[in-house]
Amino acid sequence: MSETKGKIIKISGPLVGAVGLKGVKMNEVVRVGKDSLIGEIVELHGEKASIQVYEETGGIKPGEEVVTTGSSLSVQLGPGLIGSIFDGIQRPLDVVRNETGDFIARGAKAQGLDRKKKWDFKASVKKGDKVSAGTVIGTVEETPTVQHRVMVPPGLEGEITVIESGKFTVIDDVAEIKDSSGKTHKIQMLQEWPVRKKRPYLEKVPPEEPLISGQRVIDTFFPIAKGGVACIPGPFGSGKTIVQQQLAKWTDAEIVVYIGCGERGNEMTDVLQEFPELEDPYSGEPLIKRTVLIANTSNMPVAAREASIYTGTTIAEYLRDMGYKVALMADSTSRWAEALREMSGRLEEMPGEEGYPAYLASRVAEFYERGGRVKCLGADREGSLSIIGAVSPPGGDLSDPMVKNTLRVVKVFWGLDDDLSSQRHFPAIHWLRSYSLYGDALRDYYEKEVGEGFSDLRKQAMGILQKEESLEEIVRLVGEESLSDKDRQVLDTAKMIREDFLQQHAFDPDETFTHIKNQYRMISAIMKYHSRALEYIEAGNTLADLKPGKVKEKIARMKFYEDEKTEDFDKLDKEIEKLFASSSSEDDITDAEDEKLPAIEGIGEKTERLLIEKGYDSPEKIKKAGVETLAEIDGIGEKTAQKIIEQLGKKSADKKQAERKKDSQ
Amino acid sequence: MKKEYKTVRSIAGPLFYVEKVQDVAYGEIARVRLPSGEDRLGQVLEVSDDVVLLQLFAGTAGANLDNSAVKFLGKGLELAVSSEMLGRVFDGLGNPIDGGGEVIAEDRKDVSGLAINPYARSYPDEFIQTGISAIDAMNTLVRGQKLPVFSGSGLPHNQITAQIARQAAVRGKKEDFCVVFAAMGITFEEADFFRKDFEKTGAIERSVMFLNLADDPAIERLATPKMALTAAEFLAFEKDYHVLVIMTNMTNYAEALREVSAARKEIPGRRGYPGYMYTDLASIYERAGRIKDKKGSITQIPVLTMPNDDKTHPIPDLTGYITEGQIILSRELEHGGVYPPIDVLPSLSRLKEKGIGEGKTRDDHSAVTSQLFAAYARGKQAKELAVILGEEALSDEDKKFSKFADEYENSYVAQGEYESRTIEESLDLGWELLKMLPREELKRVKDEQIDKYMK
Repeated sequence: MSETKGKIIKISGPLVGAVGLKGVKMNEVVRVGKDSLIGEIVELHGEKASIQVYEETGGIKPGEEVVTTGSSLSVQLGPGLIGSIFDGIQRPLDVVRNETGDFIARGAKAQGLDRKKKWDFKASVKKGDKVSAGTVIGTVEETPTVQHRVMVPPGLEGEITVIESGKFTVIDDVAEIKDSSGKTHKIQMLQEWPVRKKRPYLEKVPPEEPLISGQRVIDTFFPIAKGGVACIPGPFGSGKTIVQQQLAKWTDAEIVVYIGCGERGNEMTDVLQEFPELEDPYSGEPLIKRTVLIANTSNMPVAAREASIYTGTTIAEYLRDMGYKVALMADSTSRWAEALREMSGRLEEMPGEEGYPAYLASRVAEFYERGGRVKCLGADREGSLSIIGAVSPPGGDLSDPMVKNTLRVVKVFWGLDDDLSSQRHFPAIHWLRSYSLYGDALRDYYEKEVGEGFSDLRKQAMGILQKEESLEEIVRLVGEESLSDKDRQVLDTAKMIREDFLQQHAFDPDETFTHIKNQYRMISAIMKYHSRALEYIEAGNTLADLKPGKVKEKIARMKFYEDEKTEDFDKLDKEIEKLFASSSSEDDITDAEDEKLPAIEGIGEKTERLLIEKGYDSPEKIKKAGVETLAEIDGIGEKTAQKIIEQLGKKSADKKQAERKKDSQ
Repeated sequence: MKKEYKTVRSIAGPLFYVEKVQDVAYGEIARVRLPSGEDRLGQVLEVSDDVVLLQLFAGTAGANLDNSAVKFLGKGLELAVSSEMLGRVFDGLGNPIDGGGEVIAEDRKDVSGLAINPYARSYPDEFIQTGISAIDAMNTLVRGQKLPVFSGSGLPHNQITAQIARQAAVRGKKEDFCVVFAAMGITFEEADFFRKDFEKTGAIERSVMFLNLADDPAIERLATPKMALTAAEFLAFEKDYHVLVIMTNMTNYAEALREVSAARKEIPGRRGYPGYMYTDLASIYERAGRIKDKKGSITQIPVLTMPNDDKTHPIPDLTGYITEGQIILSRELEHGGVYPPIDVLPSLSRLKEKGIGEGKTRDDHSAVTSQLFAAYARGKQAKELAVILGEEALSDEDKKFSKFADEYENSYVAQGEYESRTIEESLDLGWELLKMLPREELKRVKDEQIDKYMK
């Protein structure tokens, strides 16, 4: 590698101008100044090169040296990534602390991966095996949850000539591969890959499984697929970071890459302190054992902020290539866009909208397109990379260029709302403004794996929330009195959905994660309540007579039911049925005159219809007919018939008791 | 001996272009001697070939092209730090102005500061009791937090910050505590209010003041918070003090930033503020926090006035994105005679949940305040409805909530300027108020808590 040396002629913040760098390429890494700071070529103009420098430039003088390195900005990939915290150009912050102390000083030389640590490498191919790019040649138990698969680097194919299991550092040779031209390549566990280039895969396939996060509003209403892309825009204080952290904690991704891009230092510290303590609900191991952190806090150099997104994405892609389901959180992509704008301004480029560079849209699209579900190179492996980006629009204004450009490419939009957050409705994801385009792709999964009719329930619940919005308008104009009982019930149910389902307390250990099956039972309980209540009103009853106090209290507490404990929900369902059955029984007499059948517990609408069709339209007639006659009706078996008579008997007994009570008073 | 340059090519606003300069570093400080013999300090903003762009802290009035002499000092902007700074008053560039003579420096520090390594940080989780219910109970301040006050012109932010400085303490501990006060472009009267208040309570002995007043040079304001934070870092991380930094008024700081950017003819971002304002503000606000294995801490309370009371204006907006919450003052409450006029609903403390609860404040803290938030929000909605439809149209429940909201503002948020409530008093008062509401509406508190605390 031949070095070319040039000379600094200009310094303006993170941008340095240099001359004399003959033959230097765009995006090549150079070393700048006496402290040999890391920089990247971003513009070439004849003799003059513009360099963005990833560290503070204070104290640099014109005339100091710039040295080329011949390589592009790359990350080091191999065992040791999991559980680490890196800065924007993959320097581990714990190592940096040892080097420069509590404050990050310039010129730290830390390597991305620990080169001294020995890993237990187990070969999974043997001498003579034919291998190609992506073939797993050996594994390392990196953490209890992540098995690191050492793969043949892209572009290489041939026959294994040497391979050995044992304890190796990441730079020791673990295998040799002879390619078709007879050349021998030594393979180490450590590989490098340029961050701005996406890693290759066999092919992309459409996602079909949801990325479950235990967050009710997300999983049930606006789900994201494994391999999908989502964004969370919202003004400050609306809870972007909390949603991102909740996802990082509870998603069923196998590995999470979390990029803190231009955000608060304390937030990264929070993750660092909390993740080793928290337990991954899927594996039971500490969460940190499946997490990679990238931190460029808002006061760290702005150019490294631009790089941090790419560094994180490349690491995530590498882990995906091993066949893992990876989720990447970027908080916040707006800071990345601002870093682009700042560099663009200093380069004196012609600005686009709001001063952002004209290429912002294509950069955003490129970034999100690196997500997806793929067939990996090598053997039959499938991996996925889901990307969730926070967006921080100025003033919460969704017409901001970064929001617009993001919405063009993402398929899930979780819109955070300031009003909701000031009412402390968290997560403040606005149900009417958000959307997910994965609904159709994920329908089969939900119907099969979670519960039948899930999509319909979701649709009905959304309908109620929508109706609530228009009813509220009426209430604001003329007051609640003017509403019919049915409309009041809509408002009541909407309130239940909002308060007992959509709101979720992130800091309450009993509530922070809700199993998807519980979510299904919760929403179906609320919808059951709703439809029973409507039937009840239709039967001529008034809501004012209903005393749902206890049942409603139970609905409010169902978020605390244990995971997958169906008995609790069964019991609740029964209580809902009972509430309306017993409430309407008081009106039995008038009902009978109306020739209407009262609700019979345990008897569906279909059976009821059958009974009416055959002329059994009052309890008296049914009772007279008896079990045997009823059992003869097509569609009603003996069991059902027995149940009907039994229930009716019980009901009249109840009624008599009630009457007796009344009499005695 | 450093060279002196008389090669000033042009002067524009606060900026100096000096040519034929050699061996000058980015960020270096220069001394400019004006024809009158007066010395002014400037900082290098850009170096290009042999032309240097210099920003003069005290402005360029009186300078000319031929007779102004520039000398580069070979170092960045520095502050002489020492424990003796306590009790002293400095100007915006760190020169003593209280007649007490120079501070004998223990060390000289570059004021631009370095980023704290997130790996070295320790998460702030110690409750600070300010004695103000709307903060302690509802939007809790913790040690190492940066919690700004978003105010408007004419609102009593000075009184509130002074009250916080007076009353703030970590409970049950006697620790070395001090205040660093940075004034940027505030009036003499405002600064005098703080000085008098500190003197009255004796706080002046353990405070350091950096004053850049309204009639001081505007560009000097860009250095003032850096001076203050450098002093704070020294006191916190080398002298083990718990430092409360009050910076007022950040709006004036941002205006100065815009002035320099405009003079450099940079492409403006939103409302003419430079595109790098987020990064610039972050380099100030992020200098709060705690560090592992260090005793001291820096807690920041920046104050800013929202132009036109608009929280989406770039200054409050970018601040809110960096800081860990905000205390928002409301003109409506102020008109209603409520002191402190803190609007608790849009206010927020992001670190609250980690700083409260059993062992820190009280086990019911989170639940009862969550209930107060919900009830107050509902009461305010009911009040809005009453404005349109008339009080009569409200349901009985809504009437109760509406009354609750009034009571909450008048007896919970409102308190005396010299009244300091303990956290227990604040929480108990909350329970007392919740008695106004039907028990079945109290969904956010547990039954056991109601039995235990609602007496």
